[in-house]
Amino acid sequence: MTTIAPEAGSPQQGNPELRALLRQVDKKRHRVDRFMKGLVYLAFVLAVVPLVSVAWTVVSKGIERFNAYFLTHSMRGVYGGMDAGGVYHAIVGTIEITLFAALISVPIGLLTAIYLVEYGRGQLARSVTFFVDVMTGIPSIVAGLFAYALFAVFLGPGVRMGVVGSVALSVLMIPVVVRSSEEMLRLVPNELREAALALGVPRWLVVIKVVLRTAVAGLVTGIMISVARVIGETAPLLITVGVIDSINYNLFEGRMMTLPVYVYRQFQQGLVPCAPDQANCIATITYDRAWAGALTLILIVMLLNLVARLVTRFFAPKNFG
Amino acid sequence: MSTTQSPPAPGPAATSSLEPAGPRRRRRGARSSDRGASRAFRWLATGAGALILILLVAVAVFLVIKAWPAISMPSDELVEKVGLLRNSSSLLDYVGPLIFGTVLAATLALIFAVPVAIGIALFTSHYAPRRLASTLGYVIDLLAAVPSVVYGLWGALVLSPIVQPVWAWLNENVGWFPLFAGKVSPTARVLLTVAIVLAVMILPIITAVSREVFLQTPRLHEEAALALGATRWEMIRMAVLPFGRSGVISAAMLGLGRALGETMAVLMILSPGFLYSFHILEAGQQQSIAANIAAQFPEADPLGVSTLIATGLALFAITLVVNVAARAIVARRKDFSGAN
Amino acid sequence: MAQRIDVKDLNIYYSDFRAVADIEMAVEPRSVTAFIGPSGCGKSTFLRTLNRMHEVIPGAHVQGTVAMDGVDLYGADVDPVAVRRQVGMVFQRPNPFPTMSIADNVLAGVRLNNKRISKGDAQDMVEQSLKGANLWNEVKDRLDRPGSGLSGGQQQRLCIARAIAVKPQVLLMDEPCSALDPISTLAIEDLIAELKSEYTIVIVTHNMQQAARVSDRTAFFNLAGTGQPGRLIEIDDTATIFSAPREQATEDYISGRFG
Repeated sequence: MTTIAPEAGSPQQGNPELRALLRQVDKKRHRVDRFMKGLVYLAFVLAVVPLVSVAWTVVSKGIERFNAYFLTHSMRGVYGGMDAGGVYHAIVGTIEITLFAALISVPIGLLTAIYLVEYGRGQLARSVTFFVDVMTGIPSIVAGLFAYALFAVFLGPGVRMGVVGSVALSVLMIPVVVRSSEEMLRLVPNELREAALALGVPRWLVVIKVVLRTAVAGLVTGIMISVARVIGETAPLLITVGVIDSINYNLFEGRMMTLPVYVYRQFQQGLVPCAPDQANCIATITYDRAWAGALTLILIVMLLNLVARLVTRFFAPKNFG
Repeated sequence: MSTTQSPPAPGPAATSSLEPAGPRRRRRGARSSDRGASRAFRWLATGAGALILILLVAVAVFLVIKAWPAISMPSDELVEKVGLLRNSSSLLDYVGPLIFGTVLAATLALIFAVPVAIGIALFTSHYAPRRLASTLGYVIDLLAAVPSVVYGLWGALVLSPIVQPVWAWLNENVGWFPLFAGKVSPTARVLLTVAIVLAVMILPIITAVSREVFLQTPRLHEEAALALGATRWEMIRMAVLPFGRSGVISAAMLGLGRALGETMAVLMILSPGFLYSFHILEAGQQQSIAANIAAQFPEADPLGVSTLIATGLALFAITLVVNVAARAIVARRKDFSGAN
Repeated sequence: MAQRIDVKDLNIYYSDFRAVADIEMAVEPRSVTAFIGPSGCGKSTFLRTLNRMHEVIPGAHVQGTVAMDGVDLYGADVDPVAVRRQVGMVFQRPNPFPTMSIADNVLAGVRLNNKRISKGDAQDMVEQSLKGANLWNEVKDRLDRPGSGLSGGQQQRLCIARAIAVKPQVLLMDEPCSALDPISTLAIEDLIAELKSEYTIVIVTHNMQQAARVSDRTAFFNLAGTGQPGRLIEIDDTATIFSAPREQATEDYISGRFG
């Protein structure tokens, strides 16, 4: 390929053929390199565009109705294009159902993580690890169907109550809690465990007083992020908890409204047909409420993520692992 | 401080090892070094682990129980009794187009998402300045934090009007291509729009997994390529992509699993139909299993619910296969890289 | 095919840290130059500046000139990718591409420039390069098997074959034998002796016997202390360095008093 004779060119002035070789070999290869670099940057931009668009529309369209009235009133007695109605009942439902889901998931998830990190050996541990990963892939609608089927088998068909939704959400939440807790527990240095064991502290107290205490910031963060993950679930709640316009505080009786379902419900009702001379009728009221509901939901999710990050930042032991 | 008095609970184990046969069982108990509260705690933790497996089995069992009335009933009787099946000749005939629609939407989403995800993963692993990389990764993770119902709202009210003229143009100019054939929808509430939203939704998981494997590429191989006079892209093609291939495949399958099971984006955007149709620009052609369940469930009678749960069982089976396959690839990869 | 290299006033940095200071030396064509010195003295870092591999580390940069046959490798119009084509490199640990066959590994560099080489040309090139690396007889029956199946010494010779397949002017070797057993080391040393008739070879080694065995000229690097930059202490004919070095530090190092 290179055909220059070694004797060619005088070293003092610089070998012109070598100079040519070193300057630029192949324009095409460099064009391909630059093109691919462009594509890679483009890919990133392509992903940011929908993110910005979603954030912008939710904020700009939702801010209009997002006020104290909206947050403190339910949809009871609201009909047609009335300039009224709020999201209070949905916030109540979302908080209760999600908290109860966390109440189910956190002990199971945390204990499973403890099992995997502290005790897990052999076949059982391996299959638990594997199927926890598989469980993260269960479609949310299937989790909803499962919760419905579970309660229907024992309580008869047609059950609609908050706790069914909590069970559905916990199916989705448990694997996330296990994963994040496991990661955090593995960060606790082994020397800490051995030191405590060597002092004659029983194993279970070591786990609770040393391991969990050390990892507590990470565990809280992981749990909050898993709550944020399921709080936006819509489909399972739609089929297990149903929809309602008024406030229901009781998880164990009757339908409840939740924020994501509220957004869907408002969207689904579509534009309101307003008579031309009708006062107090806004044609787009349902969409407006949907956007405001979406803003409320996103704010809650972001708040959870933010607090989770702050917890890690301020409470994490500084010299870890 | 711990090293001087290392093995915990030496007493009983040491003494019993001197005695033959009889105390062997006691010795095993002593080796796990726990009694009373410690043992109870260990069993509690192990029980929680086992519960995960039981839960997965329970999902399948309860779905089968509630789907059984519809599955076991003779076709003609079921068709007569269940309003949902008015245009179908049997349960299979009902599920078929739904599976088709689900797979079509998810496949299209995957085709859009995978190249972009690989691009973003490379961007954060090999192109972006080190200090920015993790922040940019966090931006992509934000996409995963947006609830699906918000994506549905955005897709239906914002994206659809924007893409409609594009779809109309595609239909007019590239209409000979089977996917773009048919009568273009004036509202763009069609499968192609759905696929784009699904692609955005599965982007974070595919990106995250791909990025992990790209970052694991041995520095040795990257330098070998560069030292041969490779440009950055050629280095990526020679060292990074071959190394990360199986990881990207499993990432794509995880994304596929998500796309198959996603409900709200399809439910809120797509104008549904029950055909084996490839016309992704035409309204009223396809529907996905998940969206169909969410749409029909609230108004269904007990036998209708049973029918819908049967379709849900099919979705569960499909996603289970996809996820198990994806996770198996990831797990095998882990073994492989550990052995090196 | 072989070119001389003249280094002048070269300072090498990792971000703000100056790792190597004020290097001035000439590398003669068609000869073997060995770099020796204690760990951390910057000999590998310096080696990597000779084909601009140093700068792939974020924040790493150099000042000064490295001229190959009078052309400054760090000149504004010089392309680092082209430099690495003319200056091949063999690493400390053998690193054949695990997903490629033996033949594809040899051709990896060639294919970058020339996508469509005919099958016959490719075969010739593989045979020539593998023969040049004394590996042909051992692998000629399994050219389509993965390169990672070879022994460590064979893998390293495969990497040498890969480097010489692109016909570079200079060949850099960064402790090429440190991961190999004595027999494989011997095979590589024999190979170096053969290759120097065609290439300018620069080798970094920890092993002073190896430097004495394979090199024509030897450069000794040292550093005054941790946090100080490494410096070139002296460079001379290998025989002179090992029998009558000018500097006390060189003598101390060679006689095993430190390092």
